[in-house]
Amino acid sequence: MSTMMSDQSTAQVLEDLRPKRSWRQARSNIMVMLMGLAALVIVVPLVFVIGSVISRGAGVVFRDFPSFFTKKIPIKSEDIGPGMGPAIVGTMLITGFATLVAVPLGILGAVYLHEYGGTTKLSKLIRFLATVMTGVPSIVMGLFIYVIFTLRFGLSGVGGALALACLMLPVVIRATEEMLRLVPGNLREASYALGTSKSRTILTVVLPSALPGIVSGCLLAVARAAGETAPLLFTIGAARAVQGNIFKGANTALPAQIFENAKSLFPGAQERGWGAALTLVGIAFLFTLTARIVSSAYQKRR
Amino acid sequence: MSQLQEHLMSAESTGNEPDISPAVEAVSSRPVFSLKNLEVHYGAFRAVGDVSLDIREKEITAFIGPSGCGKSTVLRCLNRMNDVIPSARVGGEVLYHGVNLYGEGISPTEVRRRIGMVFQKPNPFPKSIYDNVAFGPRVNGVKSKAKLDDIVEKALRGAALWDEVNTRLKASGLGLSGGQQQRLCIARAIAVEPEVILMDEPCSALDPIATARVEDLMLEMKSRYTIVIVTHNMQQAARVSDRTAFFTTEVNPESDRRTGRLVEFDATQKMFSMPSDERTEAYVTGRFG
Amino acid sequence: MTTEQHIDELPNLSGSSQRADKAFRWVSIGAGLIVLVILGLITYTMASRTGPVFRHMGFRFFTERRWAPPKEIYGALALMWGTLFTAIIALFIAVPISIGIALFVTQVAPAWLRKPMVYVMDLLAVIPSVVFGMWGVLVLARHIKGLYKWLHTTFDSWPILGSIFGKPQTRSFLTAGIILSIMVIPIITSLAREVFETTPQSEKEAALALGATRWEMIRGAVFPHSKGGLVGAVMLGLGRAMGETIAVALTIGSALGQLTFNVLAPGNSMPSLITAEWGEADALKKSALIAVAVTLFVITIIINVIATSVVQRSIKRSRGAV
Repeated sequence: MSTMMSDQSTAQVLEDLRPKRSWRQARSNIMVMLMGLAALVIVVPLVFVIGSVISRGAGVVFRDFPSFFTKKIPIKSEDIGPGMGPAIVGTMLITGFATLVAVPLGILGAVYLHEYGGTTKLSKLIRFLATVMTGVPSIVMGLFIYVIFTLRFGLSGVGGALALACLMLPVVIRATEEMLRLVPGNLREASYALGTSKSRTILTVVLPSALPGIVSGCLLAVARAAGETAPLLFTIGAARAVQGNIFKGANTALPAQIFENAKSLFPGAQERGWGAALTLVGIAFLFTLTARIVSSAYQKRR
Repeated sequence: MSQLQEHLMSAESTGNEPDISPAVEAVSSRPVFSLKNLEVHYGAFRAVGDVSLDIREKEITAFIGPSGCGKSTVLRCLNRMNDVIPSARVGGEVLYHGVNLYGEGISPTEVRRRIGMVFQKPNPFPKSIYDNVAFGPRVNGVKSKAKLDDIVEKALRGAALWDEVNTRLKASGLGLSGGQQQRLCIARAIAVEPEVILMDEPCSALDPIATARVEDLMLEMKSRYTIVIVTHNMQQAARVSDRTAFFTTEVNPESDRRTGRLVEFDATQKMFSMPSDERTEAYVTGRFG
Repeated sequence: MTTEQHIDELPNLSGSSQRADKAFRWVSIGAGLIVLVILGLITYTMASRTGPVFRHMGFRFFTERRWAPPKEIYGALALMWGTLFTAIIALFIAVPISIGIALFVTQVAPAWLRKPMVYVMDLLAVIPSVVFGMWGVLVLARHIKGLYKWLHTTFDSWPILGSIFGKPQTRSFLTAGIILSIMVIPIITSLAREVFETTPQSEKEAALALGATRWEMIRGAVFPHSKGGLVGAVMLGLGRAMGETIAVALTIGSALGQLTFNVLAPGNSMPSLITAEWGEADALKKSALIAVAVTLFVITIIINVIATSVVQRSIKRSRGAV
């Protein structure tokens, strides 16, 4: 190490400051390249999965357009041809009902955690368990609803919706609390200073200012829930015709249809499975995209 | 002293040019750094412009000025630390022994090994005291335990910390007091035997007693290292530095954005007794800033 | 006008708004408590339905390899192994890739590339597991046959790898593991990103200022801050992988009683067995299947509780140290 030498010529310093062909630098470059490679590797399955879904699904959907979306499911699964109408209706009704249950409860739960509970023991416990609850396997939720609901009231869309709602609830709570945390405290104080009560402040000031973030979080939760299969298997049964009443009678949904058809050996059934997969992925992406647009518009506004 | 005063007087007559007067040059060592029209942009925003000054060997050079004047930005150009900020662009030249640090084929890693840095907040790694100091030598290829022990002891002694920590080298660096942590960071910086040490407001997070210790340490280190310190504390600059550069901000009337500028650079003595620029005078006498 | 006057003037309003305030408070507390209620109910109602099988099998339920409904033998051992084995295979693939991506996004990638990477992760995370499963069984399993045969013939005579790459089948632990890895990568990556981002910028700069290369900076400044958080992230990934049902059910091959290290062998996992056998189950078998679900629930809850507290503590600690 010659840096303490008093007489340093420009040429010598220049030489010293050149990049060294050292093992250190090489190792760093290799590691950085590996990181880039990992980032590239993960794009591959995404492209392949989406590619398969589009290439195998689009043909089916558009050959029978729009009857694929409207017609009944063939009674014999070896039949070739449309459609997925009942499953699309079922998915919308079941996911919609689940949203109606989970979103208000989730938002209220988050309001409790952030606006009332704060750092009390109870709210800490609930917050912790909500996080843990996001990890409960979806099949367990399905069996749980089977045990407490389906055994008594029979197979119906509502059973599936309740199972999905249980899965969505902790996600909505966490997303909403995250958003409430971003609401500046002085906004609340400004409202109190005008003599507004706490509940009115929450309803008219806090929640509206966090709304876009909450909406975006809920849309993501809906997108996930729409694709859940396992909880539906024990709760909704199977239907081949449109079942508009989710409170009564067996129903069906896109994920359940994809599952059945993926297990089938008949080309006709597999075809319908890919068509259903394209529809489901389309719905899920649409919700995700909307969520992103809402949240990025929100961020720009802030 | 009076002779120096005389020189300083004659320097004043050269006007407001932020330049080093030839008189001072005659009594001091040669430059380590020469900044030539340095400017830094963050994206489209010009953070600092037109900075030209020389930093001399084994002296302490202080950068002072109000916050946002770009003194830290200039400091971070001296070891290419601005490379870390993705949007930062550097124009002009930073000559280090005549070599432009922003020239082609210069390795920022090698630059930083020779030009160490101490940061505003003490930032020891969450490792033991020993491993903190040994980090630099280790990445630079020192493997032998005996040699590392030697370097660590030397560096900790150099940072006036050895007597306080030699019995607990394996304890976490985070367990030390703020002032000790900052001296640990200094030890960590000198363990790679740099020629220059850059200090970015090293005492701003410390209490007065810890500050005094670090200042003593700087004066003691001056015989071995060239030191550049950024400080918002004028008394500190006056106490420790040989030369002082005063920066301020100028508001661009069109964009309403502030750009940092070098106002005056001279011997510290003169900067604090009879500055040539009235803005410097206003600042050092506390009328502004 | 003083506050007192203000209240005096509006006595009714303040009274009713106080009542509304209280009501709203209780409603929101109730909503929060639902989380506790659901978790409690899951444990209680489901555990209470496992009576028949435990009366029948006793503790042997956990140690018995065979699952043979016709002989009324219900053992969960091979299922627990299959669940763990696929999850471990998945993590073996997913953890290095996830950490690589997270480091790439937080430490290396230029700013313009970060958003697209996050989008890719988002899209992966939102593809339904049944779609992954369908892709796995109808596309991947068919195309990967050659690779499996090659692995088997190449490593057949090797000491350890020989038994790991045993007789191949396209629907197998490894196929399920690969699909699972694609599904847990977004989860582990996003947590790892969060953990890596807690490293103070000043510490990263301190490492660079000592002449460290980028990798040395990551090892010296980023990793020491991230150890705990990474462990937690991997455990959460483990929990997810163990609980995943449909994708595994479609790709694992549904072979019962498999206690093997052969990744190319077909097997079964707890959730996939439940979906496969639920349809034609009598009372005892339903009780056995619910007992499997309870076992799965307890295991994943334990993993999640540990993982969540590890992650939270690590993030809190490094934030506190800033």
